[in-house]
Amino acid sequence: MATNAYVPHAAGYVDNEGPKVVTARFTDPEGYLLPHSVASGGYSGLREALSRTPSEVAAEVKEAVLLGRGGAGFPAGIKWGFMPAVWPRYLVVNGDESEPGTYKDRLLMERDPHQLIEGCMIACYALGLNTCFLYVRGEMALAQERIAAALNDAYSHNYVGANVLGTDVSIDIVLTWGAGAYIVGEETALIESLEGNRGMPRLKPPYFPAAKGLYMKPTIVNNVETLSNLPWIIRHGSTAYKQFGSERSPGTRVVAVSGHVNRPGVYEIEQGVVTFRDLFYGENYCQGIRDGNDLKMFIPGGGSAPWFFPEQLDLPLEGGEIGPAGSMLGSGAIVAMDHTTDAVKACHRLVRFFARESCGKCSPCREGTSWEEKILERILAGHGRPADIDLLADVGSKISPSPYPTAAWEAEGLEAVPFPPRQTTICPLGPSSVAPITSALRRFRHEFEAKVANNASPDEAADASDSWGTEVVMGGQQ
Amino acid sequence: MTGVPFTLNGQELEANDGELLIDAAERHGIHIPRFCHHSRMKPVGMCRMCLVEVDSGRGPGLQPSCMVPVSPQMKVETDSEATVAAQDGVLELLLANHPLDCPVCDKGGECPLQDNAYAFGPGESQFVEEKRHYEKPIPISDLVHLDRERCILCDRCTRFADEVAGDPLIHFIGRGASTQVNTFPDHPFSSYFSGNTVQICPVGALTAAPYRFKARPWDLTSVESTSTVDSVGSRVVVESSRDEIVRILGVDSDAVNWGWLSDKDRFSYEALNSTHRITTPLVRDSEGKLEPARWNDAVGSVADAISSSEPDRVAVIGGARSSLEGQYAWAKLVKGIIGSDSFDCQIGDGLPAPMVLGLPRATIADTCRPGGVMVLMGPDPKEITPALYLRLRHAVVNDGVDLIEISPRPTSLNHLAKHAIHPAPGNIGAVMAAIGKTHRSDSDVGVDADELDAIRELISADRPVSVVIGRSNVAESPRYTVDAIGALSRLNPNATFLPMLRRGNVLGGLEMGLSPSFLPGGIRRSGTSIDGWDNIADGDGRDTAGILKAAVAGDIDTIVLLGADPLADFPRRGLVEDALGRVPTVVAVDAFPTTTVSSYADIVLPAALVGEYDGTFMNMEGRLSPLRAKVTPAGQSRSDWQIAVALGNAMGGSCGFSTLAEVRSEMSKNAPSLAEVDWDEVDNSDDGVLADLTRNWVLEFGDPVPPPSSSSSGLRLIADHKLWDNGTMVTYSASLAGLVEPAVLRISITDAHELGLSDADRIKIDRDRSTLEVPIAIDPSHPAGVASMAIGGTGFDVRDLIAADRTVINLRIQPGGAA
Repeated sequence: MATNAYVPHAAGYVDNEGPKVVTARFTDPEGYLLPHSVASGGYSGLREALSRTPSEVAAEVKEAVLLGRGGAGFPAGIKWGFMPAVWPRYLVVNGDESEPGTYKDRLLMERDPHQLIEGCMIACYALGLNTCFLYVRGEMALAQERIAAALNDAYSHNYVGANVLGTDVSIDIVLTWGAGAYIVGEETALIESLEGNRGMPRLKPPYFPAAKGLYMKPTIVNNVETLSNLPWIIRHGSTAYKQFGSERSPGTRVVAVSGHVNRPGVYEIEQGVVTFRDLFYGENYCQGIRDGNDLKMFIPGGGSAPWFFPEQLDLPLEGGEIGPAGSMLGSGAIVAMDHTTDAVKACHRLVRFFARESCGKCSPCREGTSWEEKILERILAGHGRPADIDLLADVGSKISPSPYPTAAWEAEGLEAVPFPPRQTTICPLGPSSVAPITSALRRFRHEFEAKVANNASPDEAADASDSWGTEVVMGGQQ
Repeated sequence: MTGVPFTLNGQELEANDGELLIDAAERHGIHIPRFCHHSRMKPVGMCRMCLVEVDSGRGPGLQPSCMVPVSPQMKVETDSEATVAAQDGVLELLLANHPLDCPVCDKGGECPLQDNAYAFGPGESQFVEEKRHYEKPIPISDLVHLDRERCILCDRCTRFADEVAGDPLIHFIGRGASTQVNTFPDHPFSSYFSGNTVQICPVGALTAAPYRFKARPWDLTSVESTSTVDSVGSRVVVESSRDEIVRILGVDSDAVNWGWLSDKDRFSYEALNSTHRITTPLVRDSEGKLEPARWNDAVGSVADAISSSEPDRVAVIGGARSSLEGQYAWAKLVKGIIGSDSFDCQIGDGLPAPMVLGLPRATIADTCRPGGVMVLMGPDPKEITPALYLRLRHAVVNDGVDLIEISPRPTSLNHLAKHAIHPAPGNIGAVMAAIGKTHRSDSDVGVDADELDAIRELISADRPVSVVIGRSNVAESPRYTVDAIGALSRLNPNATFLPMLRRGNVLGGLEMGLSPSFLPGGIRRSGTSIDGWDNIADGDGRDTAGILKAAVAGDIDTIVLLGADPLADFPRRGLVEDALGRVPTVVAVDAFPTTTVSSYADIVLPAALVGEYDGTFMNMEGRLSPLRAKVTPAGQSRSDWQIAVALGNAMGGSCGFSTLAEVRSEMSKNAPSLAEVDWDEVDNSDDGVLADLTRNWVLEFGDPVPPPSSSSSGLRLIADHKLWDNGTMVTYSASLAGLVEPAVLRISITDAHELGLSDADRIKIDRDRSTLEVPIAIDPSHPAGVASMAIGGTGFDVRDLIAADRTVINLRIQPGGAA
């Protein structure tokens, strides 16, 4: 067994000397202040946008193929087009970043709040609406503080509010803090929470936010990073933007890498160009796996994403490539796990998260996730039964039944991880808990079997119940 | 209606426009299992039991059929492999933490979870872990217990409390597997509608305190009937075990109560089983004690007393408790055989009979018509007729009905009203007249002119306008309300009216002639002759107040209290005491030893209560629905119509009928409003049968009386009602009696400030020559210049503040105020 002596780098921003669309001010320790922002072009995108018509601005964004950065990766420009001609309508900014492993939105809000505010303003202008709700996760104290201060400054300098920059455009941004529920990162649950209700997802259909969202009015919910891209796109144009990244996924992405790499942190990378191998082993990036260990598996897009294994290292970081391979880039949270990692414990840690964060609305998720957790706990505690391994899969199948086969894994002759999952629940939280189980069972079933066959002594069992085996620091969880 | 073509299990079918898949399938004979779905509440898609495989053109996927409206060409499989696997899975998960304590669960035997567990799921659980544990059960109100272990978190009770009742006092707390339903700390689920959550709970998580462990479902027999605790006539199922009524459930009648009941509808059956029931006739002996007597002797004594009185010296108060048949029989006995016209089924707390009988009628559905205008000119419907309140609230919240509230103080619908004005007692007629005027001086009625104009525009607009009328203040002459009705009718002659009267079958009573000057069917007495009614009086009879005053003057020899408790109900208690003390023979037809009965009755005839006899109920709309006997009458008690027949015979005459069917056929013959009624339909239709109450009378409103001069000092009194009061059924229902609140005089913050009452809890009020100490509460929502107290609370009787015959009551609060 390896020791637990590994001390990770402080997980923060790492400048990789690549193109910078949204992290340009991250290297300035005071980049969050208005004068610093304005000195480096802050709000010039807003000025530029206001000099054009809203539909021109929207067209520019659509042309840039700005893919949503919250998880689903849907093009923002097309999403905006779904809004029916109904007013009032709202923009809601999803700053409730809480996917395990994700902490890039937090940095975007802490390091460059004005960029986000400017992005919100551009989006509001393009969408022809005048009220934006900025919802920040409850635990992000520094982000809240900086955004609040930045918004005050922006109001007092007329970047926000009545008659923005002397035009007849008036837009208000309303700040709201979350109350600490992971599920509120799901857009319809976030809307419920904004309305003052318990954060529980609404069923889509009929409650597609673009048609029936906040207060049953058309609502666009965009991620913090998505909106943070807008100032650059308006300033430099969609053509310039599309020079970065791949044809399918232009621009950059901010990814948060954690786990057993030598230099975890937040990296802005070109989409579809950088591969996982570059990211984990590149000198400008994570500089390899700790202690020169072998990579055992990695999570490509947050705790909800099915796991990848060393054979997927050469996939580029791009939704279009990762999806067909059976997982997702999601919110850009990448967790590397080396060969010392206990797959069962890793699985348990993730499932426990989802069991605790289930909102309790859909029976399968509410009852199923906690059952999964209990089975895994039992196996880890040394009381597993041989039947538990199949039971685990069976309970999972009640939350996300009969997986869709994916070409890549079928070719391997293996049963596919259910992704995107078929689900018996409203939102993907329940199925998210199944992803690690199916991933682990598919590849490391023998580890489960070994645990059940050599049931541990009670001492070991107690030790096991609260750890991944070896320490993995997940960003955003400190 | 345009049909939406869709395919259900390979069959080409049509759904209604916008119909949910689960309902469309049900209509076509395919039952999809469900827990959270309830047709009277918004879908939530929570339990996932109703998942079915749906292909809307993008390939099959699992969709909750309770949330998906049928779309054209949708293909649905309710028994495909994927559907069955999903439903089985959901069921196994729901049972994982369920305690399976069915043998000791009230719901066992009628439990949707139990039923579905037989039909779906693996039959045996794979769950070997320890189940979730909670303290069980916890009382969440005086009437409802919650067992969180049994709960499957379907959101039915919580949705009901929030969406339907508007009392969001229970909610989910915690998350994931620790999610539970609970109340907020220190705020019990004290809703008037709490019992509905027990009925709609799909498991045994919510149980009703009065029913817990009383019976098993397979011991129960049931019959459909009608609730008589108020004039809504909510449809119910009455269930009994071993000849004892143990439970009442709501029936989903589209026209009336939509399945919902107030807790009074639901739990006041307990009074039937009360040990205080009068079960034999009683006669007061020479020592003044009521002693059991034989029926023949008691009836003979009553007959003798009546026969030896002049007809106009015989009077009857009450009758609103009876069935329509009982009311007709008594009307015939008194007005057709004895020959007295002094009969009143309202106890001085209703509206004048000509108004109730003659105004153009609105049904509940008319009043709640989507897009209409609803005027509430009366008391708080939540306190008077809670089941109607739910319908009115639904209409305003969901169906775009504009509500105008014109009441002496804010009602429970106040926050939903488009316009709300609160005329002080005595002013409503003048305010309504001011609304009708286009030119007026602002100082007229003390209400903002723009508000009055806006109300006029709404009332006179080209939209259906319905007016809910009632008696909002018994310390105020009903004359002012009549003036207001007159003014409103002039403003919009097409407006229709729904009388929100307090007593159960009061409209039936008025229809059957239980008010002076009227005969059954709203026929005016004067100059009318009816076959078999040989002694119709010539002179005008008296209403309750008139009867009591005549009694004080020595003009009444025999008074019959037909299920009436005037000592508790009549606005002026002193007058009742004086009157009953003077009358030589007081006969009570009652089931309980109320104060009136035990203090004043000379002869008591034991009356059967609803649930013990067959008959008919007429609700506030004129809707006829059946009352059914479920248990045998307590002791020797008899139904009211049988007592009338016995009295008629004892007096040497005859009522001319001896069966219920004969009463009904004579009613149909003599009451034009019942001429077309098909009694079989009354007995068998969920929605009952509307009697034809179209009258086309030209109502004489007379000249409006001017409002009382505004007195410079003193607060004008509002005496109104609350649901839980000292009424008979509440008093004798063990579970409800404790819900009656102490009576307090509510005053506004402004008045409290002026009187220097920051934290006093009693004030001194001068009345006649004495001073009363009155408990008060400062109410932020209370209008200034008025003070209100409900009749029938504990501790203080508001009627002590109601002095002699005044049109309004001004309270003279002693300088310095606090006691």
